[in-house]
Amino acid sequence: MRLELRGVTKRFGSLVANDHIDLVVEPGEIHALLGENGAGKSTLMNVLYGLYDADEGEILINGTPVRFGGPGDAMAAGIGMVHQHFMLVPVFTVAENVVLGNEPVRPGGLINLAEARRRVKEISDRFGFDVDPDAMVEDLSVGAQQRVEIIKALSRRAEVVILDEPTAVLTPQETDELIAIMRQLKDAGTSIVFITHKLREVRAVADRITVIRRGKVVGSADPSASQTELASLMVGRAVDLGVHKAPAQPGEATFSVEGLTVLDPNGVTVLDDVTFQVARGEILAVAGVQGNGQTELTEVITGLRHAAAGTVVLDGESLEGRSVREVLAAGVGFVPEDRSTDGLVASFSIAENLVLDQYDRSPYARLGVLRPGVIRENAERRVVEFDVRAGSVEDHASTLSGGNQQKVVLARELSRPLRLLVASQPTRGLDVGSIEFVHTRIVAERDHGTPVILVSTELDEVVALADRILVMYRGRVVGIVPAGTDRDVLGLMMAGVPADEAAIQAAEHHTALGSADHGSAVQEGGEAL
Amino acid sequence: MSTVTAPAQAPAPTAPVLPPISLKAPIAYAVVAVLGLVLFGLLGPNGRTSGFAISTRTDVIQVPVFHVPSKLSAALLCLVALALAYLHYRATTTRRRPSPWIAPGYGVAMVLAFLIWAVAGKDSVLPLTGLLAGSLFLALPLVFGALSGLLCERSGVINIAIEGQLLFGAFLAAVVATLTKNAYFGLVAAPVAGVLVASLLVLFAVKYRVDQIIVGVVLNVLVVGLTSYLFSTVLKLNSDTWNAPPGLPVIPIPVLSEIPVIGPVLFRQTALVYLMYVVVAVLQVMVFRSRWGLRLRSVGEHPKAADTVGIKVNRTRVRAVLLGGAVAGLGGAFYTVGNSLAFGKEMTNGGGYIALAAMILGRWRPKGALAAALLFGFANSLQQQLNVIGTAVPSQIMLMTPYVVTIFAVAGVVGKVRAPASEGIPYVK
Repeated sequence: MRLELRGVTKRFGSLVANDHIDLVVEPGEIHALLGENGAGKSTLMNVLYGLYDADEGEILINGTPVRFGGPGDAMAAGIGMVHQHFMLVPVFTVAENVVLGNEPVRPGGLINLAEARRRVKEISDRFGFDVDPDAMVEDLSVGAQQRVEIIKALSRRAEVVILDEPTAVLTPQETDELIAIMRQLKDAGTSIVFITHKLREVRAVADRITVIRRGKVVGSADPSASQTELASLMVGRAVDLGVHKAPAQPGEATFSVEGLTVLDPNGVTVLDDVTFQVARGEILAVAGVQGNGQTELTEVITGLRHAAAGTVVLDGESLEGRSVREVLAAGVGFVPEDRSTDGLVASFSIAENLVLDQYDRSPYARLGVLRPGVIRENAERRVVEFDVRAGSVEDHASTLSGGNQQKVVLARELSRPLRLLVASQPTRGLDVGSIEFVHTRIVAERDHGTPVILVSTELDEVVALADRILVMYRGRVVGIVPAGTDRDVLGLMMAGVPADEAAIQAAEHHTALGSADHGSAVQEGGEAL
Repeated sequence: MSTVTAPAQAPAPTAPVLPPISLKAPIAYAVVAVLGLVLFGLLGPNGRTSGFAISTRTDVIQVPVFHVPSKLSAALLCLVALALAYLHYRATTTRRRPSPWIAPGYGVAMVLAFLIWAVAGKDSVLPLTGLLAGSLFLALPLVFGALSGLLCERSGVINIAIEGQLLFGAFLAAVVATLTKNAYFGLVAAPVAGVLVASLLVLFAVKYRVDQIIVGVVLNVLVVGLTSYLFSTVLKLNSDTWNAPPGLPVIPIPVLSEIPVIGPVLFRQTALVYLMYVVVAVLQVMVFRSRWGLRLRSVGEHPKAADTVGIKVNRTRVRAVLLGGAVAGLGGAFYTVGNSLAFGKEMTNGGGYIALAAMILGRWRPKGALAAALLFGFANSLQQQLNVIGTAVPSQIMLMTPYVVTIFAVAGVVGKVRAPASEGIPYVK
């Protein structure tokens, strides 16, 4: 099936999310749609999938214009979509999810479960997915859930499958499996639209690359184009992919966690006997796939959650059992993973958000009364220092872009003398410019002599910033390895393989991404179209 | 730091950290059982007997009234309860899941002990069949209300307006049955009334995305106001023309109704009760095994996922809420034509809220809702029977029983049950 978008335009109020986009997906090709967060990739695909109505432009299938009133129409036309946030009902079985909206029924409207299972089995066997049709979706790993989504699309005879940021939640090894699946689908004649902002993956798997910036198609490229070229096309200026940092000068280890064990309210162990130390002037990166205990670790350190066993010690002082306020007073800075719910109060002004942790003390308050002049003056200074692009410091935090919101959080946390910085997913969803800025500030804080714990599920970020890397899996520390450890080794460790064994396995088998990486030295400087 | 540490592989056999054991439940069980033992057993009246009747006068097979020694039997039952509390304690301390029969068994033992004590030495006997039949009868509006609630909530809309739907159903059933002089027409009119209230709920909740709890509460107040106004201005002034509904006749089912105990309780009932059996059974199958049910639940759990496979989320919700309104309205018919009573101001008396509790206790399942409603019905029926016989407990306290049971039952399951994930959240594309 040949899919063509012509002049597709989608506006939200004054914002033009898609501006006259043209795109052609040939039968049986893997077409990558590359762009930064907020460039309009997902909007475009939602238009294609019938979730949004385009304001202008048309969609053609095999040369014939079509109109989609909803996702049902798009599916009937042979378009399937695997959303970034899976569209699966957690409390339904795999079979129920796959047939939902397209159920085989017996007379009387009862679902023919045998037929539903057979459909799952058939596709699952064809591609070697190994998915149990009767498993509850909420019990499956993220990778398995993604395969269920793919089965769902294929069971509706999709000829074009849209994958929206499919690798965001996967380990490198799972990503590798996904790439193999994509190639298999391609060989079976299915076209794939692969949405991503990760350059390495695009180069590993795409046949053609279309780059989108600020809602417009800014060019297309061959997979042989170098990462630097793709990045500058995506961002619109020359970018430096690496992070410039001097080698760490670790001082004494002032922060330590020992035997930390945390149970969730149901008694399930979410952190299991975690032990590590962080020295002054070093960044310890905590790597791992989302949901392997990282969140709980940061929450215990900051006092948001209490441990069942173990100790947390900063500068010889125990932190566990303390309230959040006491932990902050002890000099812990915290950049939470979800800035919009935990980092900021959206309906407070930027100035107020900048003193959220100090509003009640001098100089921001006197005798229990806020001093708006001082708060405002502080805000104006911080906004300049941290390059927050805002109309006025009295504007609500909700009016800022993601990158600027994160800069406000950083400005608040770094504006007092710190003895420990905990940054959780500090660049999630940010544009390249903001990412550079955030990284620079974190390195600056390290060079200032602060121990830094950086939690990130982005392996690129871990590799770029870490002085040492701690890998977590199912609440346990799989190992602590030095910076510069091979990505494939880290990927295996993220799946629970101990470090020494991971090193052996990685030497035997390189992942597609790893191979793409190794080949990149040769291709660096290759042509961009 | 070039050495690799791998605590995951470390052989150190430290004992795993386990969550603290909560002994609240077994201790509460034991305390109540001991209190019962002292009150009903040791301090109970000496040398008296408690009489229970099983057969009704019209039964073909007659089981004679039997008497048990009050003090001894009550004490024995409390000891049984105490033993169950110990079993629960042992299961908890060894981190095993207590048997699911402990709680109901405990409940039955304690209730029986209480009954024996309450009727000890009375001349009149406690009619067990009457007690159970009354439970089913009083549970009727709660079952319909809870089914209505689960239909709406499974689709993602919270229906607090069950109370209003019951009340308006009762009202319209009474008026229509009086005007047509036929109780069955009242039974047809009641769901219409429920749908009217539900359509207002759905308009504000789905179309205008107003907070569903607030809309529901306001609708309840609206229906109370409207029916009370019409009652005082029309119904009361000319009650023979407007408010003298004939009752639904009891239809005994041949053969089945002659079985001792079960027969009179289950098969000597009105059409409304038989209708309830059908609705519960049909919904139990349809909600969990049909295409309609799968789509209904998907919309309440993850509406976006439903939307992306072409299911019309809001249309599904509108239909579910209207159907729920019809079911609750039907339940409202219980208060008037089902009971051969004239309509009275606010006669549903909070039944809609108890129905919501039954829905939660029944874990949003038709079967569970039925069981929970029967529990509340039993508490209510017990209260009525004991008031007739006359006991040491003041009647005002007895009147509180159903509500106290509700609070304890719901508190006991809160946190353990999972509501539909998207209930109460309007769906916007």
